[in-house]
Amino acid sequence: MSLTKQTDYGTPEIKPATYGDTLDYVTANIDGKQVTVPKGTSIMRAAKQLNVDIPKLCATDNLDAHGSCRMCVCKIEGRRGMPASCTTPIEEGMTVTTDDADIQKLRKGVLELYMSDHPFDYTNGKITANVKGQQIYGDCELEGMVAKVGLTEVRYGFEGKNHFTAEIDTSNPYFQFDGAKCISCMRCVRACEQVQGSFAITTAGRGFDSKIVAGMNEGFLASECVSCGACVQACPTDTLVEKSVVEMGQPDREVKTTCAYCGVGCSFIAQIKNNQVVRMIPDKDGGANDGHSCVKGRFAFGYATHKDRITKPMIRDHIHDPWQEVSWEVAIEFAATRFKDIQKKHGRKAIGGITSSRCTNEEVFVVQKLIRAAFGNNNVDTCARVCHSPTGYGLNQAFGTAAGTQDFESVEHSDVILLIGANPTDAHPVFGSRMKKQIRAGAKLIVADPRAIDLVRSAHIEADHHLPLFPGTNVALINALSHVIATENLIDREFVAKRCDTESFKAWEDFVTLPENSPEAQATIIGVKAQDIRAAARTYANGDTAGIYYGLGVTEHSQGSTMVMGIANLAMATGNLGKRGGGINPLRGQNNVQGSCDMGSFPHELPGYRSVADDEVRGQFEAHWNVKLDNEPGYRIPNMFKQAIDGNYRGMYVQGEDIAQSDPDTQHVEAALMALDCLVVQDLFLNETARFAHVFLPGTSFLEKNGTFTNAERRINRVREVMPPLTGKHEWEVTQDLAIAMGYPMNYTNSAEIMDEIAALLPTFAHVSLDRLDKDDGLQWPVNDAAPNGTPIMHVGEFVRGKGKFFVTEFTPTTEKTNRKFPLLLTTGRILSQYNVGAQTRRTENNVWLEEDVLEIHASDAELRGIANGDLVKISSRKGDIALKAEISERMQPGVVYTTFHHPESGANVITTENSDWATDCPEYKVTAVQIRLTNDMSPWQSERADTVEGQRIIQVQVAE
Amino acid sequence: MNIVYVPRDTASVSVGADIVAKKFTTAGFQVIRNGSRGAAWLEPLVEIDTPDGRVGFSCVKPGDVDALINDAFQHEAPHLLDVGLIKNIEYFKKQTRHIFAKSGEIDPLSIDDYISHGGFTGLKKCVSIGNQASVTQVLESGLRGRGGAAFPTGIKWQTTLDAVADQKYVVCNADEGDGGTFSDRLVMETDPMALIEGMIICGTSIGATKGYIYLRSEYPLTKKILGEAIANAYQANWLGDNVGGLNIQFDLELRIGAGAYICGEETSLLDSLEGKRGMVRAKPPLPAIQGLFGKPTVINNVITLASVPDVLANGAEAYAALGVGRSTGTLPFQLGGNIKRGGMVEVEFGHTLREIIEDFGGGTLSGRPIKAVQLGGPLGSYIHPDELDTVLDYEKFAEIGGAVGHGGIVVFDDTTDMAALARFAFSFCEAESCGKCTPCRIGAVRGGEILDKIADGENVTENFALLDDLFDVMEVGSLCAMGGLTPKPVRSILKHFPAELGLKQGVET
Repeated sequence: MSLTKQTDYGTPEIKPATYGDTLDYVTANIDGKQVTVPKGTSIMRAAKQLNVDIPKLCATDNLDAHGSCRMCVCKIEGRRGMPASCTTPIEEGMTVTTDDADIQKLRKGVLELYMSDHPFDYTNGKITANVKGQQIYGDCELEGMVAKVGLTEVRYGFEGKNHFTAEIDTSNPYFQFDGAKCISCMRCVRACEQVQGSFAITTAGRGFDSKIVAGMNEGFLASECVSCGACVQACPTDTLVEKSVVEMGQPDREVKTTCAYCGVGCSFIAQIKNNQVVRMIPDKDGGANDGHSCVKGRFAFGYATHKDRITKPMIRDHIHDPWQEVSWEVAIEFAATRFKDIQKKHGRKAIGGITSSRCTNEEVFVVQKLIRAAFGNNNVDTCARVCHSPTGYGLNQAFGTAAGTQDFESVEHSDVILLIGANPTDAHPVFGSRMKKQIRAGAKLIVADPRAIDLVRSAHIEADHHLPLFPGTNVALINALSHVIATENLIDREFVAKRCDTESFKAWEDFVTLPENSPEAQATIIGVKAQDIRAAARTYANGDTAGIYYGLGVTEHSQGSTMVMGIANLAMATGNLGKRGGGINPLRGQNNVQGSCDMGSFPHELPGYRSVADDEVRGQFEAHWNVKLDNEPGYRIPNMFKQAIDGNYRGMYVQGEDIAQSDPDTQHVEAALMALDCLVVQDLFLNETARFAHVFLPGTSFLEKNGTFTNAERRINRVREVMPPLTGKHEWEVTQDLAIAMGYPMNYTNSAEIMDEIAALLPTFAHVSLDRLDKDDGLQWPVNDAAPNGTPIMHVGEFVRGKGKFFVTEFTPTTEKTNRKFPLLLTTGRILSQYNVGAQTRRTENNVWLEEDVLEIHASDAELRGIANGDLVKISSRKGDIALKAEISERMQPGVVYTTFHHPESGANVITTENSDWATDCPEYKVTAVQIRLTNDMSPWQSERADTVEGQRIIQVQVAE
Repeated sequence: MNIVYVPRDTASVSVGADIVAKKFTTAGFQVIRNGSRGAAWLEPLVEIDTPDGRVGFSCVKPGDVDALINDAFQHEAPHLLDVGLIKNIEYFKKQTRHIFAKSGEIDPLSIDDYISHGGFTGLKKCVSIGNQASVTQVLESGLRGRGGAAFPTGIKWQTTLDAVADQKYVVCNADEGDGGTFSDRLVMETDPMALIEGMIICGTSIGATKGYIYLRSEYPLTKKILGEAIANAYQANWLGDNVGGLNIQFDLELRIGAGAYICGEETSLLDSLEGKRGMVRAKPPLPAIQGLFGKPTVINNVITLASVPDVLANGAEAYAALGVGRSTGTLPFQLGGNIKRGGMVEVEFGHTLREIIEDFGGGTLSGRPIKAVQLGGPLGSYIHPDELDTVLDYEKFAEIGGAVGHGGIVVFDDTTDMAALARFAFSFCEAESCGKCTPCRIGAVRGGEILDKIADGENVTENFALLDDLFDVMEVGSLCAMGGLTPKPVRSILKHFPAELGLKQGVET
């Protein structure tokens, strides 16, 4: 077996209470060997450092020591009895014996008790199929323990009281719980509490009747369990086991790679059998996730081999024609000919493309290169346009870099967490768990969100302040918070004087101090009481280290960029930058949205955020690429749509993004796509956008890719080929073929060569290569001469731009306002089990948690309209209308409704508007004035889509070339 | 003279004291609900004041009330139920009462009564001499934990005093779960202010401003009385921001358990108090350093804390002068089981077990010879009649493999089935184990099964060997005393009554 067990030290590493503090060390003697460890380290962990494996069952190093199994007993000179080595800390001068005849006898005696409830075949060293005839799946540590301890018989017999017939809970789609195999070590319970923070599992009953139960003994699916898999990971027996292992058996090969869902970028070990993924194990060495996972990354990978997956290239003349499967050569030739024809007729700028935040850095780099070098224009944009473009813009303006300032680990040093417009427990669950852990440890939490998200109040978590602001009033809120800090003498003047641009600071201070920016003046606009705003501002400013975390609730507004700059102002004014625990942390949505931006996916910037108008920079690229580059910015996505409708933009290459579902004002987007002469879609599935495509180039899932993703903390993680591309080609090869067919030569032979070119051209990637990452995975850019091992925390000592710059952030209300016709504000978001447009998660068992998008509405708004839970309601905006089922929710405040956009038939974006951020055109998804009324029918758009969608996806059975 | 005293404690109420009290009230008497003096065999013991002191009438039934009013209270001639002057009753006379000095005399809820009987003298002394000196007093008194483990109280206090933290706690363990014990309940019901004062002294000494009493749910009347006492103390400013005008702060909260014996184990109790499942914590860390909510915590038994006011008021030296050897002071022993005169007896350490059983208890109720005495609760050894002259002293009992524990004495006569008692030890552990550690969780079940097999004559020799191995695993391997001590009563039966388990001779294990 090539499966490597990750080293388990049994108990957690001792870290200093405050970052940077030095640890005290103690030296002791274990089995005759000297060991020096941080004070507080357990005997078990210290022994492991000496490669002494003390037998254990209830201990594992991501959980606090429990001391229940009594297998790890040891002897300490001068002390009575045999203490557990997991719960006993090493002390200076201690002499420990981990193995002798007495210890062996006790271990054997304890194990004999265990095994009296676990029938075992001592002749072949296997746990026997028990009375239910169940198979053993091979993860059970008891077997190894029997061998290690040398147990040869169970004198108690097997006729006594036992759990042989305990029931199996198979309610969760991904894992099962078999009570017959449980040893009551509570590793699952503790993992749920300490790692995930859900507190969904507990032990019911006591003594021999102790029984692990989910929720109120209602089964895993019905309980509060979020299916993160931490319990399955923690279980030392086969009690909690992946159903895939039950079905397929043990994997025989493994590959380390990176999850392709959200921007947390968890590291996983893909375990494989016959080129099929059996399970994904969260990697303990993963910098972003430290061995934790969520339901998506851990379990929802089945989409990669779903029957809807398209693996052959297809073309068609017209979007109402059936698709024809063709060879790669034919498809590429077809696309290139159409693109060239368009350029011939309508000019060089009539075509362009969109890069994907789901693809690797290498794949994105090649697509933008295709556009700039082969198409000869800068018509390249990416889905960051519709999510975090204001982050890039705002932070670049203030600090000189377009990225978050911290690593995820930083939150473990925050005294105060200010969370604005983000819902980490749903959208960035693994980071959400980390944040919850710090809140449980005592950090204060301020949540600014129109909804009462989980972090406002859930198991052992309660926000100190919840500011339920009206959608669209972020900037008014940040100004009011700043006003309190400026007028109540809470500014860190030393930091500002030393680190920031004084002139812009003065202008900002004068501005926020204005009476009209006071909480009292803004309270009715924001919808939050003035004293609550004041209290929150004080809490934030009085924290030693206060970190700001934000999501799309900040950026997807007409003043998204203003808000990002307002956040930067606030953090600078309070001295919360350049240190662990502080900083500004955009929680980025997609696995490689940071990377796709870094790789030059914007129409005005070459890779590394350098202006296309900068002759020197452009010159470097021209020299390297051996081609003349356009010095004018290209079209942004909204411009592409507008130019398409106007007839000036007629061909487009869309890499792994479903703009027809995800972009706002769907009917406008569809009109634009229908106006194109050639739409090339590269994707796994015939998605919504593909309904309007002429060429379909089948893409590869993350399991087939080789390269890198860059997560929200600038961490460059290796993505490795777990199985060969089902399409026969890597995506970059397809892009390269298209470039060649367009007349621009490319000759990469592997993705390492692409990364080498990136490193050569991007100063922040200077020391990055795939080889280097294979040794030091997870480096955080900049990785260069100045920071050869990467940069976890940015702007230490000095901002990238020199002095931090303040900006005056005047509040301008959005034009999308409520009135009598549209009295409610709709805001949108996502939920844990589904991901973005749902292309992946809808093709997994995750649908058990959300089969369809629903409209969340406050009880009073519902009652006023005669709406009951589950009623079909029509949601009308100035743009259109859709119908969804209503869900009366305590999370909502009156006047605000909420939905998700995971299911294409919902059409959430049919009703969102064309409003967008003034600086970056990021759409204002978060504010739409709507009316809700009962209905008994789908909306016209929904009906039309239902009628046409199948027709646009017909694939003609291939007869001949 | 229209005052009559009718006790209100659980034991008295269980034999009709409430109805008796009601009868007196109806008859126009002012009824003062005092508490039992511990002579359960006399309850309900109705008392009236006389110039010579209190006179008592024992085992009063509701039907006796009219006769008492019309007859006994009027005449000097002794009534059938008349037990004469309380102070002359031998059962009380022979006791050395410090903890229970006020019990029976006072209205448990009257702070005035408490003060007029010397209450809060200890606290005032504590405040005047300061925290370190107070802890030193406790240390020098030799007071040891009365919950059963007999750990020196002063050391716990000193450790907590020395721990640096923003908050410390005092926790009173009132989860009195051992069968045959009731002294905690008795003091809480008859003199609750003594416990409250003890806790304030402890808090003041160690720097804790908050205390919790963790009371078992099976004591509903105690909950009521203690709850009223705490409310009264707040009302009279003996709890709160400025206790007794002494410029000290102490808040006290009463919490009720949920019926788990194991929550009498101090770390389980802390988990339960924190709202968690009551499960034993591994030590270290000691509660004195990381206890309730992770903060330094003194956790003491009710009797320990109720002993403290006396230690402070009369000084460590006076307290240490009581008792014998390292067992200083007094201990309320509780007589139960097959006993003629059941109840609580507070005496100095140093009496023999026989004295308590025979002189106070009057021997077995059945009149038959004693076969065994279980001392120290269900996890304590069975004492053979030959050992009854052992002096009640923690160390002396340890020497014979027994334990004084919480002072519970349960007497069995010669008709007792000792094999059934051995089986019960495992059944008890099986029922009450928290389930955390394997030796206790599975061992208790297997131990019982082995005894069953032995009883059935199945592989007796092998099963005895296995039982012996199991004892070792449980004693050395268990996380707490629950599993660790369960073999103890069984071992004592194997030693003294081997034949009853089918063994030819005693097993000294």
